[in-house]
Amino acid sequence: MLRRRINRLLGGDEGRVHSRTIYVGQKSCPPNEAFIPLKFCDNRIVSSKYTVWNFLPKNLFEQFRRIANFYFLIIFLVQVIVDTPTSPVTSGLPLFFVITVTAIKQGYEDWLRHKADREVNEYPVSVLEDGRRIRKQSEKIRVGDIVEVEEDETFPCDLILLQSSREDGTCFVTTASLDGESNHKTHYTVPDIESDLQYLSATIECEQPQPDLYNEQQSVHVTFWPCSALTGPAANQYLKMFTDFLSFMVLFNFIIPVSMYVTVEMQKFLGSFFITWDKDFFDPEIKEGALVNTSDLNEELGQIEYIFTDKTGTLTQNNMEFIECCIDGFQYRHREDSSELDGVCVTDGPVNKVQQKAGTEREELFLRALCLCHTVQVKESTKNGQDQIDQVDGLGADEEVLHPTHKERGFIASSPDEIALVQGAMRYGFTFLGLESKNMKILNRNKDVETYELLHVLNFDPVRRRMSVMVRSKTGDILLFCKGADSSIFPRVRQEEVERIRMHVERNATDGYRTLCVAYKHLSAEEYANADAGLREAKLALQDREEKLMNVYNKVETDMTLIGATAVEDQLQDEAAQTMEALQVAGMKVWVLTGDKMETAKSTCYACGLFKKNTELLELTLRTLEDGGRRREEKLHDLLLEYHKKAVQDAPPVKLGITRSWSGASHGFGFIIDGASLSMVLSSSSESNSSLYKNLFLQICQNCTAVLCCRMAPLQKAQIVRLVKNSKGSPITLSIGDGANDVSMILEAHVGIGIKGKEGRQAVKNSDYAIPKLKHLKKLLLAHGHLYYVRIAHLVQYFFYKNLCFILPQFLYQFFCGFSQQPLYDAAYLTMYNICFTSMPILAYSLLEQHICIEVLLDNSTLYREIAKNAMLRWKLFLYWTALGLFHGLVFFFGVRFLFSNPALQDNGQVFGNWSYGTIVFTVLVFTVTLKLALVTRHWTWINHFVIWGSLAFYVFFSFFWGGIIWPFLNHQRLYFVFANMLSSVSAWLVIILLILLSLLPEILLVVLRKPRGPHARQMKRRLPSSGTSTIFMLSQTASTHSFSWSD
Amino acid sequence: MMASSYNAKEEDGPHSGSSRHSGTGAAKNKKPDNTAFKQQRLPAWQPILTAGTVLPAFFVIGLIFIPIGIGLYVTSNNIKEFEIDYTGLELGSPCHDCSKNFTWNSTTPCVCALNFTLEQPFESNVYMYYGLSNFYQNHRRYVKSRDDSQLNGDPRSLMSASKECEPYRTSTETKEPIAPCGAIANSLFNDTLELFYIEPNGTTTAVPLAKKGIAWWTDKHVKFRNPVKDKENLTELFKGTAKPVNWRKPVYELDPLDPENNGFINEDFIVWMRTAALPTFRKLYRIIHKKPSTTSTLPSGRYTLKVTYNYPVHSFSGQKRMILSTISWMGGKNPFLGIAYITVGSICFFLGVVLLIIHHKYDTRSNSADIPN
Repeated sequence: MLRRRINRLLGGDEGRVHSRTIYVGQKSCPPNEAFIPLKFCDNRIVSSKYTVWNFLPKNLFEQFRRIANFYFLIIFLVQVIVDTPTSPVTSGLPLFFVITVTAIKQGYEDWLRHKADREVNEYPVSVLEDGRRIRKQSEKIRVGDIVEVEEDETFPCDLILLQSSREDGTCFVTTASLDGESNHKTHYTVPDIESDLQYLSATIECEQPQPDLYNEQQSVHVTFWPCSALTGPAANQYLKMFTDFLSFMVLFNFIIPVSMYVTVEMQKFLGSFFITWDKDFFDPEIKEGALVNTSDLNEELGQIEYIFTDKTGTLTQNNMEFIECCIDGFQYRHREDSSELDGVCVTDGPVNKVQQKAGTEREELFLRALCLCHTVQVKESTKNGQDQIDQVDGLGADEEVLHPTHKERGFIASSPDEIALVQGAMRYGFTFLGLESKNMKILNRNKDVETYELLHVLNFDPVRRRMSVMVRSKTGDILLFCKGADSSIFPRVRQEEVERIRMHVERNATDGYRTLCVAYKHLSAEEYANADAGLREAKLALQDREEKLMNVYNKVETDMTLIGATAVEDQLQDEAAQTMEALQVAGMKVWVLTGDKMETAKSTCYACGLFKKNTELLELTLRTLEDGGRRREEKLHDLLLEYHKKAVQDAPPVKLGITRSWSGASHGFGFIIDGASLSMVLSSSSESNSSLYKNLFLQICQNCTAVLCCRMAPLQKAQIVRLVKNSKGSPITLSIGDGANDVSMILEAHVGIGIKGKEGRQAVKNSDYAIPKLKHLKKLLLAHGHLYYVRIAHLVQYFFYKNLCFILPQFLYQFFCGFSQQPLYDAAYLTMYNICFTSMPILAYSLLEQHICIEVLLDNSTLYREIAKNAMLRWKLFLYWTALGLFHGLVFFFGVRFLFSNPALQDNGQVFGNWSYGTIVFTVLVFTVTLKLALVTRHWTWINHFVIWGSLAFYVFFSFFWGGIIWPFLNHQRLYFVFANMLSSVSAWLVIILLILLSLLPEILLVVLRKPRGPHARQMKRRLPSSGTSTIFMLSQTASTHSFSWSD
Repeated sequence: MMASSYNAKEEDGPHSGSSRHSGTGAAKNKKPDNTAFKQQRLPAWQPILTAGTVLPAFFVIGLIFIPIGIGLYVTSNNIKEFEIDYTGLELGSPCHDCSKNFTWNSTTPCVCALNFTLEQPFESNVYMYYGLSNFYQNHRRYVKSRDDSQLNGDPRSLMSASKECEPYRTSTETKEPIAPCGAIANSLFNDTLELFYIEPNGTTTAVPLAKKGIAWWTDKHVKFRNPVKDKENLTELFKGTAKPVNWRKPVYELDPLDPENNGFINEDFIVWMRTAALPTFRKLYRIIHKKPSTTSTLPSGRYTLKVTYNYPVHSFSGQKRMILSTISWMGGKNPFLGIAYITVGSICFFLGVVLLIIHHKYDTRSNSADIPN
């Protein structure tokens, strides 16, 4: 049982003191010191926004800060104060409704936050107080408390490690909940702490808390508990532009009614539930489905043009497996059923069958190197060696990996690669037993325990890209084992060995494996003494410690002998290749942004099908830049121009539509750039060049089917996303990633998607949507995104349409009433039109419509292209809806106008007045817009039926009811029996039927004439790629090896 | 050939039930329910409108609408209507003097008589309308200038009318509340029209004009009510109120002979209070009931319209008309509906034919396209 006693450190910020002093264990300070009682804030976590008391004022203030709400408030106030045709109720009621609905929604979300806060705050922790152990709630921890944290528990606050249950005073901490890194970091106890903490009396001095997580200048690590800061979602630009335009028309007050905002909000809010509910997104492994953090971006999912994906953990599983190794140029592959032929050597099966290939000596040296050169810890120190072996054997045989922690049970390491290597060595007979008081124990093939004294660990760092250990064997030999990236090892070994292994390494890299080279070196006593002294000196240095250490490292790690190389597979995610293929066919451009090295990333791209065999790769990396011996800047300039010529100028003009996929797939370009080159492109020395390079770079990238950016720092990822986001046409971007290093690009892109992977929750917290696996992206975009986009586009346009034909008769009536702003419709109708009579059908439609069913959408990725580039909110469609609204408005008004040229419409000679006029128009209006929606609806569930026919029935019922009673609280009884009288008139019936039919006639005609685009035709297309495109399809098949299936 | 598919996905039915029952463990709240609704798999009817489905509809609509239209048109044409303008704008017009001299302030009524001839006899009930032109009864300020609770007999509103009635709320002289208040009531149409038939032998007989049944039944019996207090007469009930400025006589003297038609429930008043939709309108004035004998209600011949000219329209250059009309099941004479029905029916029929041709051509083309495949 690993147990750590850790002291709590700090709370919030107070005062501008440079450092703060904390008294450990709440013991009072020595009496001779002036005691300044510092006030620290408590340990409560508050991510909620409101309390019960401030909810109403604060929420109202927040809401009226929105320009739309404020506008409607002003309209309402104007109506209250000034004499206007409509009563304040007509705008006050919807506004009240909006405010209430939003308040309830926000209140509910805040209640959820409160609940989450409470869960964290009331989490029980053990605290040592006055020598006793007390269970406390997490929120009651005070600064200076001594907290006991057990294994696998989450820290309730920031802590300093005082004591550990491990003998060596260490503990392993993952910072997954802070920055998403699931690697174990070793922490040491504060030295010179007596074992009995009950009587510990100490103070801690540390700097004031800082908001910057990574600012580790001081000896004390200062961190905050993370408050998930959900930044506002990227503005939905298309919708915004559209509504901006429409806001000019707001002047005629009902064109954009308050209720449109409500309906859009409700549609988004409710619609997002379908993502969380989707069982296809449920992952049995982590027992979770998709998560929607913001519902404002549902329709953006249908507009994605660029996908930026992380590699590790997103495209790949981050599940390392030792695949093969190469010793002295001979390949060892651990696969029983492998029958792969290799160009270099044919070596299959377990290592002991192919001993003739490499000398046993070398083999064992290599395996020892694997066993020794790492920082892996064995998790449970077992006294009984035999137990350990059994356990290890069991693990090795157990191929079925159910859960990642299952596999890693025995080992803890800061990198999954290391575990894979140790396990790989274990497979070949060398087992690492653990580190006991500076002695590393290895169980070799003969089941003998070998002991090595660990002298120094030359830690891994990303600059050197290698790590080494120095050990002294039983015989007294001092050995240095080094492993690292090929590029960092090859220059440091004797050159004659390199060629044999380089081939393996490169082949492995193109197969998508992560490769490491292993080298060793015998150190003479003298050499060691020098190195030892250098290291000790460097370690004690107070200034430039890192630099000095590096120098020593570099000095020691020279003239080594290359033993071999390893290949570790980072397995692809389930259906990663299919998903990428589908997304590309859907017209999205996939960019891989990774921190990994180029070769590995490239191979992953090949494995995912992002690069194909015939893809021409354009490389812009340090390697290509340093070719030819010219200055990098010049070379960069030339390369950019050359690639631009190749990919942009000489490329056939890109056309929208299906043809693009064929031409693009048959002869595509792939672009590769690394971090260093990117920073050169983006921050060129001269200003003019900089923008030129940026443009060239963008144009090249936009003409490539896939782009790979490797060796990216997290901020560079965001930089690229921003570059594309702000490029011409401002395409909609999507970032997907799983780790903390992807957070920046997730936040930067329009749509950020987090994968609920192994690397913590940081990406998920910062994302707009979180899905368990990469493969779910396909359905999320192709099905959900497509449907949401079509739904919201229809919703917005329909709303505009129905209010246009609602308001137009009202407007026309002004010509007949002396421009006196006399309302045509009764106030109740004005108010209820958007709230009750016509809102539910469109809401149901916008939640349930599937103009193409989900299976078809998933099978035919090309359908996504049909809605690309905001195809449904373009001018053409907008004009269509406007024309329709105008036509309907004119028909309604003038139809009734001509009828009323003789207002004696009843068979007893009695006449109708202005309210009858309005009611007839309104009845026609309600029926027409509802039936128009019915005509558009392609997917009639019982809810649609219920809501559409229910709305109409409700209208009739309401009209009877409203006109059936003398309302005691109203001044006016305008509609008293108007509706009933209207229905008693045959002429009114006839005109209503005529006008509804006349209005819908063009619509029906259009639907019929548009027939070839209907689902019927699509079904035909599925069987054989329809007559129009089949020739292209065949041509492209003959022209290239690329094969594409319409449906799998 | 209704090309629609009923797309029920039955696989969810039994599954969803069982999974929900079995999943009562810890995973229940995490695993999404496999219900048809949540998985967006609700059984759905997916109608597909094709030329084939719509074609018959077009023909049916055409075939129904055209006869209806013809029926309406014929009906409208059979309605007899006679209209005479008595504004008196022209010099020779009998009412010219009245129109010129008369204002709201005139105390003595001006009477004029117009002669006209009905070429054809009017059968059945004949309805007498008065028509006004250029009178914006639908002006916003005008429309709202009334107090429906006062008209409904609410005693409180009687004495203190709604603010909407301003400036016709209280009398400027006596400070008493006006009943009925408001601009609509104030501008009540108060011309008296009488109709005389000049028989071929020269004798003049008055045509009996019924003044009941011209207002909506619900208006007359529910919406408009005289204020009720015990059994006092109307004069007492309206005591303390002033008559509208433009009125000659108070509201309780609108029809002194018939208590059922006096006060707020006077039908002429009720008809006037139903504001017209358009600036040119007609309102029902009287009904000439058909005679029990076989003779026409209004036989053809010469008539005299005697107008007591009380209503000045000169100020807003309006015009006044008297209309005699018979009524059919569709109301008064209006050829619009008939023409519209015939037009729409024809368009549908025509579109049906066009679609048929297109459909036919399209079909053959797609058939021929199918052959090579």
